[in-house]
Amino acid sequence: MDIDKRTQELAARLTYIRDIFGQRENASMAMLRTRLEEFLEQAPHLGMRELSRQVGMLEELFVLLEGKLESELTPMDRVRIVRHPQRICLKDILENVYDNYTEIGGQDEWSIDPGMLIARATIARRMGKKTVHQSVMVIGQEKGHGQEFRNAGSIKPWGNANALYYMRVAEIENIPIHSYVFTPGAFPVEDYPGAAQQISKNLYVMAGLKVPIISVFSEGGSGGAEAIALADKRLMLSHGYYSVISPEGAAAIEGGLKDKATPELIERCASRLRITAADNLELGFIDRVIQEPPLGARPEHYDFFRQLRREVIRATDEVVDSVDGLGPLRGMAIRRQAKAADPQDIFVRWSLGGGARTKLVDRRFEKFRAMSRTACRDNRSLGARIYSGLEGMLWSAHSTLRHDFLARYKRHLLHMLEALEAELRALRQGVGGPLGKFLGLGDGQQRRLEVPPEALERLTLLSCPEEGACRLEDTWVYVSPKSREDRTLTCPNTPTHGCLDLWGPDLFGEFAGVCSHCGHHFPMEFQWYLYNVFNFAQAYEFNSELESSNPLGYEGFDLKLEQAKRQTGLGSACITFETHIEGVTTVVAVLVSPFRGGTVGAAEGEKIIRAAERAMLKRTPFILYSHGTAGIRIQEGTCGVIQMPRVTMAVRRYIEAGGLYLVLYDTNSFAGPVASFLGCSAYQFAVRSSNIGFAGPGVIRETTGVEVPPKYHRAFSALSRGHIQGIWDRREIKKNLHQALLTMGGKNLYYR
Amino acid sequence: MLNVKEMLEELNASPYEEIEIRTPHTGVVEFVGLAPGDRVNGPSGKWLERPGTLLANLTREKNKKPICATQKGQVMDIRAELEGRFVEAGERLLTIRHFLSKEEVLGRILKKALHLFCAPERAKYYFVPEIDAKIKAGGEQSVKVREGLDMFIVSRMKRETPLSYSGPEGIIYAVYFQQGDNVDGGQPLIGVCPESQLTLIQDVVSRVQGEWEERD
Repeated sequence: MDIDKRTQELAARLTYIRDIFGQRENASMAMLRTRLEEFLEQAPHLGMRELSRQVGMLEELFVLLEGKLESELTPMDRVRIVRHPQRICLKDILENVYDNYTEIGGQDEWSIDPGMLIARATIARRMGKKTVHQSVMVIGQEKGHGQEFRNAGSIKPWGNANALYYMRVAEIENIPIHSYVFTPGAFPVEDYPGAAQQISKNLYVMAGLKVPIISVFSEGGSGGAEAIALADKRLMLSHGYYSVISPEGAAAIEGGLKDKATPELIERCASRLRITAADNLELGFIDRVIQEPPLGARPEHYDFFRQLRREVIRATDEVVDSVDGLGPLRGMAIRRQAKAADPQDIFVRWSLGGGARTKLVDRRFEKFRAMSRTACRDNRSLGARIYSGLEGMLWSAHSTLRHDFLARYKRHLLHMLEALEAELRALRQGVGGPLGKFLGLGDGQQRRLEVPPEALERLTLLSCPEEGACRLEDTWVYVSPKSREDRTLTCPNTPTHGCLDLWGPDLFGEFAGVCSHCGHHFPMEFQWYLYNVFNFAQAYEFNSELESSNPLGYEGFDLKLEQAKRQTGLGSACITFETHIEGVTTVVAVLVSPFRGGTVGAAEGEKIIRAAERAMLKRTPFILYSHGTAGIRIQEGTCGVIQMPRVTMAVRRYIEAGGLYLVLYDTNSFAGPVASFLGCSAYQFAVRSSNIGFAGPGVIRETTGVEVPPKYHRAFSALSRGHIQGIWDRREIKKNLHQALLTMGGKNLYYR
Repeated sequence: MLNVKEMLEELNASPYEEIEIRTPHTGVVEFVGLAPGDRVNGPSGKWLERPGTLLANLTREKNKKPICATQKGQVMDIRAELEGRFVEAGERLLTIRHFLSKEEVLGRILKKALHLFCAPERAKYYFVPEIDAKIKAGGEQSVKVREGLDMFIVSRMKRETPLSYSGPEGIIYAVYFQQGDNVDGGQPLIGVCPESQLTLIQDVVSRVQGEWEERD
């Protein structure tokens, strides 16, 4: 009986190896198969002792050759390992790593999203003879060894919302969060709360969660992973992957979306994207790799679970130690723990005090701020960098002096004068006219009517017939080159709205690309907005020397990048500048669609972060105008995807400092940026006829099998779902922006 | 009286509908290589979001506009002489012969033979208890209706109002709604036919179901 079981296990191991290596056949696999087949043929004729001996030998051979096969694993093999039904899943971890747990986010299929598993778990620590049970909130995607209702760990928006709720609970209860990332990516539906919008909310909240967060990556698929992985310590299983897109998705984009990508191209993309644990450790996006048994951890690898337990305890201890100074001996012991036997022998209380909680959030920001800094090209000379650093320090000093120090006294003085004036007015009303006149308060009503004559004329005259056509409103500083073409265009709404054809020079000139019949907005160049809305001619552009590069050495990407730079005359897909909108100084970042589809990589992320920092320093509003973005730049791999938490954190710091962060969408804005720093704004507006979402209709169809209606991503749909706050006409953007500057935002704006 | 037999013969003689594709406005016509007899498709997709087969392009003021098939069918009689020529609005370019399906034929016959009584607003509709009992006992065709007969109860947002039938006298041929389900305004509730024509209509329907040959 025992022999049968052992033989079956060997057969299962062989099947597993075959699954992992896919189509590739090699000598080790062939040998294992032959030897197993030979054994199975001979088995009926062998005695018990001989059987046991041969099975023992076979097991040794398996161990030996599995070790050999381990060194032959390609990145795509690792992808197959994490997707294998025998891969460890979160329930195995809860069973084997934690001492006790209770599922709280639902049970099996009776959950708002069975793919998201949330549990309160405890870890027992020894303190002499006493045992202390330390609570943690465990959150992660559950793939469930092939349980279909788990949706392979692809989390729906409401699953992420549930995770966020329990993260807040952990914060209230002051217990650490252990998040386990087992997802191929988020389920890309826009139903409320919306895939992108919910991920952005998760990132925004996690950026400021005041409890230690430890994340462990097994399968880190882009935005879906980021939704729970913004952590103080990021550990990764040695056979896991963490990537901006699945290799199949990257291959589909590389090979053109129409055709199905070949397995070779998928393999190539997996290697180019640098998705393995070793790659991510080298790039600095994870802190430590947890070594798994050869060919990946499976539920029977109990040693691995013991090691995982040690690692998560150690990581949590380290985070607590970094912010909540432990005693000198324990601190030293923790730092030496890499060599020590069991970290649970040293007791560390995981609940943090008030000061430590604030410090933790600052440390988290610093950690992410430092990531991928070298992944873009900085063309500034050494002198320019020094100058820039000094300028930053001076501005910082100026800001503190002007806005923190002097402004306080100024505010007090103004309040006093205000109160004094009000007193005098009250006095005048109380004692009658002569005293009031003597005090110079005059007749208030008459004075209020003294409107300057030109303003009066402007407000009362409806037209200026003597000047011919009254073109005050529709003369644009920048006119689209498309208006020079003598042709007509058809509005896409013609079949339903019966719009007449529009003459190009009219449409792209005076009408600002808006159909005069139905109001459909034809796409306009980003320059139109720069000059007509953001007054770019008088603006001061900064950080233009930061340029996109090819941090992963992605094959063939240098050429494409050069081409994009040549075609657009830009160094990256982001332009950052300081400008005046109706007299209000504002920092603006523009994501430019013609530059590689407005994709966000390390350079774009860094520029937006610096723009947010500048806005914070100068106490100005910060506007992010997305002229169009196709998502995170896949050729930059995790250097791109890490911009999601990085930029969201920077934006959060800016908002918390009391600024106004306003997002304006145009044309098409999708994926990572919407699921992070764009979606996290409380003030998101869209230019009419724009599309906003997480994944396009093609991707939704492919991943979920659901057909979406033609106008699924339209701004009006996003508005109905509550994802954005309003839709603006292109011709009125400047006016609306000014209105927004005056009515929205926090305490830190200088003009308030 | 409706002559259903004649109507059916007429439909059998020409089991198709001819759709003339005309230019929506002036412009230069450019056909896309279709020949008489070619099959074309109408708009498709769940929301009819994919346009039908491209038939021709019409260019006006450098604005090239596709003209697509509005129905599935066979191309007849292309006016090839218009190729590359400037035409006025409303000029016929080609004709599509759309072969009628069973449903379309039945729809046409019933449209002429029946009087459809439609829902005035979106609500839940119920028959009044007497009529409901009659339908349950003897089937829908056992109910005679006449102008002003209280037939339905309209239930919406906790209010229930009676609704009386208006239209020609006859018997209920078919009921198009499920009691208790929401029915959109304008959707048919019942189809009414004169009592004398009931068997005739039933006969025609069964003949169409059994004999109509779908050509597409």
